[in-house]
Amino acid sequence: MTSEEIYVQIQPIIKAYLPEDVSAEDINPDSDLTRELNINSAHLVDIILDIEDAFNIEFKNDDMEKLRNVNDAILLIQQKISA
Amino acid sequence: MKKNEIISLLPYSEPFLFVDEILSISEETISGNHTFNKNAFFYKGHFKNKPVTPGVILTECMAQIGLVCLGIYLLGKENSTTNQTFALNSSEIDFYLPVFPDEKVTVVSEKVYFRFQKLKCKVKMLNANGEIVAKGILSGMILKQDNLK
Repeated sequence: MTSEEIYVQIQPIIKAYLPEDVSAEDINPDSDLTRELNINSAHLVDIILDIEDAFNIEFKNDDMEKLRNVNDAILLIQQKISA
Repeated sequence: MKKNEIISLLPYSEPFLFVDEILSISEETISGNHTFNKNAFFYKGHFKNKPVTPGVILTECMAQIGLVCLGIYLLGKENSTTNQTFALNSSEIDFYLPVFPDEKVTVVSEKVYFRFQKLKCKVKMLNANGEIVAKGILSGMILKQDNLK
């Protein structure tokens, strides 16, 4: 799966948890999920759980620490689906 | 972890402790109770001359038993609770009956999931007659003290 294909799938997942003062247009591959997109830690967990369901993969606690921006998420998903 | 050990690890004290006793606990579910002291500070103003336990206080009681006590138990299995703090992040509770001063309530909570430090539970509160007073979904995060977001 290419990064673009993954990006298209995760964008709506992230969008669902954006606070009202952040628009979906602000999402880009380098967006820091908590600092720039203002997603709180609880919603970050919701995003991870939705990604797990969408791609049929499982994240570990260590993965969570590596996850800061949208690109990190894409890389982690690629590793998991090819494993 | 023992039931009374969990209560001693709670980060609350009077006048904001709403857990008296843990009745049962496992990885999946917890039940506990609390009797609302008729002299509690909030009855003076809620409502004027007509004391009724505020919904936010019922929610707090449900969260202290259903999320925090269960969270301490689940963490106790992994590591210590030092430098951890608890943050309620979502509550969706429906209320069915009023709770008056001196009423004893029982809270029953079932874990939906506990992942990446987030605990989500289905929680209900029953009165002394076993009637449902409130029920809904609560979730909270267990955070490191240096990251309160």
